[in-house]
Amino acid sequence: MMAADPKTQATEARIAALTLPEGNGWLAKARQDALGRLQATGLPSRRDEYWRYTKPAKLVQPEPALSVPAAGEDPFAGVDAHVITIEDGVITLPGAIEGLEIATLANAATADIHWARDLYGALEAAGSGPVARPMAMLNTAFATDGLLIHVTGAVDRPVHLRTTGASDPILHHVVKVERGATLTLLESGNIGARSNIATEVELADGAGFHHLRVQGPEPALHVNTHIFARLGAEATFRSFTLAAHGELTRNEAVIELTGDDATATIGGAAFGAGNFHHDDTVFITHDAVNCESRQVFKKVLRDGATGVFQGKILVKEGAQKTDGYQISQSLLLDEDAQFLAKPELEIYADDVACSHGSTTGAIDETALFYLRSRGVPKRRAVDMLVLSFLAEAVEEIADEDLREHVTELLADWLARG
Amino acid sequence: MLNIKNLHVKLEEEDKAILKGVDLTVEAGKVHAIMGPNGSGKSTLSYVLSGRDGYEVTDGSAELEGEDLLDMEPEERAAAGLFLAFQYPVEIPGVGNMTFLRTAVNAQRKARGEEELSAGDFLKVIRAKAKDLKIDADMLKRPVNVGFSGGEKKRNEILQMAMLEPRMCVLDETDSGLDVDAMKLVSEGVNALRDAGRGFLVITHYQRLLDHIKPDVVHIMADGRIVKTGGPELALEVEKNGYGDLLESA
Ligand SMILES: Nc1ncnc2c1ncn2[C@@H]1O[C@H](COP(=O)(O)OP(=O)(O)OP(=O)(O)O)[C@@H](O)[C@H]1O
Ligand SMILES: [Mg+2]
Repeated sequence: MMAADPKTQATEARIAALTLPEGNGWLAKARQDALGRLQATGLPSRRDEYWRYTKPAKLVQPEPALSVPAAGEDPFAGVDAHVITIEDGVITLPGAIEGLEIATLANAATADIHWARDLYGALEAAGSGPVARPMAMLNTAFATDGLLIHVTGAVDRPVHLRTTGASDPILHHVVKVERGATLTLLESGNIGARSNIATEVELADGAGFHHLRVQGPEPALHVNTHIFARLGAEATFRSFTLAAHGELTRNEAVIELTGDDATATIGGAAFGAGNFHHDDTVFITHDAVNCESRQVFKKVLRDGATGVFQGKILVKEGAQKTDGYQISQSLLLDEDAQFLAKPELEIYADDVACSHGSTTGAIDETALFYLRSRGVPKRRAVDMLVLSFLAEAVEEIADEDLREHVTELLADWLARG
Repeated sequence: MLNIKNLHVKLEEEDKAILKGVDLTVEAGKVHAIMGPNGSGKSTLSYVLSGRDGYEVTDGSAELEGEDLLDMEPEERAAAGLFLAFQYPVEIPGVGNMTFLRTAVNAQRKARGEEELSAGDFLKVIRAKAKDLKIDADMLKRPVNVGFSGGEKKRNEILQMAMLEPRMCVLDETDSGLDVDAMKLVSEGVNALRDAGRGFLVITHYQRLLDHIKPDVVHIMADGRIVKTGGPELALEVEKNGYGDLLESA
């Protein structure tokens, strides 16, 4: 027999370190299907075009390269929310919440019929269409648990999902928001030494989903996330990520606007130093009329840190009146830091307005001198300019209270260095 | 108060001398004016005093109340009591004017070992001073100088000066871009700060400002040097005859 190629070997080695949960219900079928797709595709390697700027080895190797960091503080402390915790893999659900039905993946697996049946792995599989996303396939196949959140009405407060502890969790969440319902989901946690988290979001016509995620500020984290969203007519999707100090982060978002007049906004503010490597990879597909999408990402990089942005807007035939906007910017605080951006537009309709821009800049020396000439110490002055640079991305958080909360958090983190 | 001796400055990046031996002393309680043709080095002098990058001092010294200014970081010079009202105030998007000023005031107080101003006290003081300069509350909340008109930027400089209460104030063409009424307001702001313990160095091209802010001494700067020093009448002479005769006789 011929020896397998390195990619297949790496894939098999990773799979060998995992166990496929038993069962033969709908979930087991979805897992089997994902495993099949994974084996056909193989886990990412440096040679893959889609992983050109981010080495996947540490995300792919059978065992995590880091140990579990100590539990950090809760970045959403003081925010009034329904809290769900996942601690060392154990999910604790809050009491009944009006407008919400929450179950765990483990429990739902035993049910014959479940609303998540048609969604689990389905959005992921669809999102792996134009570009293979084997890390998400791995997630669908081997997820140890996850949350199934069904939003049927107005929810009074945000739901805060706080994940801590476990060393190498694979979690898979599914969110379904019904017609006219809205959910604000907060996500935080120093999620193990390494984590692979996938979230599938299905938005019915007129549904709303606001997602606010905080990654860090613990330094030693290897994080790989995917968000797959499908939007019905007039639906609103917003996702924002604040990230600081993680060692290796790859956040992928795959958003499909399938109903007319839908709006998707995705943004992020990230800062880090040294071996900080942060990759935002976004793929937005416009497949309906008069939809709007926005991508706004800002990164502040210091001491050899690396920022990556890969963002694509695909406008399908017939998706007229599309308004697609994309901007990615970085502020490099010294010459060792680098920002790699690959913005892409692919347009098959003629009546669209799409724009993209990417910039890399240094700190504004004139502004820095102006602040210092008024007595503001250099460190503080740099922080003020960093904060003002990131503020433009933070603006994308629609909720004023949460926006202010994130701004304060950011200022606090910067002050601590 | 301010003692500049034989100051020679060149550009850091190229071999171009700009200040070629400036000698200037401003005593406490006095207002000195500097006039001089475009490009003679007036702004450069103000930048070098406040510590901007890009210049190299090749000879001479500058002291503020006996302390070597040239050896300090810009923020240390500010804390030591130096203030520069910029010829071109800088726009800083994303940093609120009020936040900026409070940070600056408290950073200076801290550097001098004084207690920081509480948010409430700060607000009271700044509101009163802003009112005197006809700066409305909205301008205080906006990002520093962003979208301000030329005159508004200059008034904002004077507001900063009033809040920081520096001992040595350098004003670089604060009158340019001001309408007649604003010139009066700004001058009143400056005059209100005049006292026995404070020195002023006012850079200007026009006598008009000096009608409002009466100088004790007027210097003419040309080609990187102070070439003539006199009383207020010197400014009138410039206004009337330009620099031609003055520079020839210097
Ligand atoms: N960073 C720089 N790079 C190149 N040239 C410079 C720089 N800074 C100053 N200069 C030059 O030095 C000279 C003095 O400039 P400065 O701005 O000090 O003049 P000024 O007296 O303030 O003129 P104005 O009355 O027009 O404001 C000018 O010839 C100017 O071009
Ligand atoms: Mg000048």
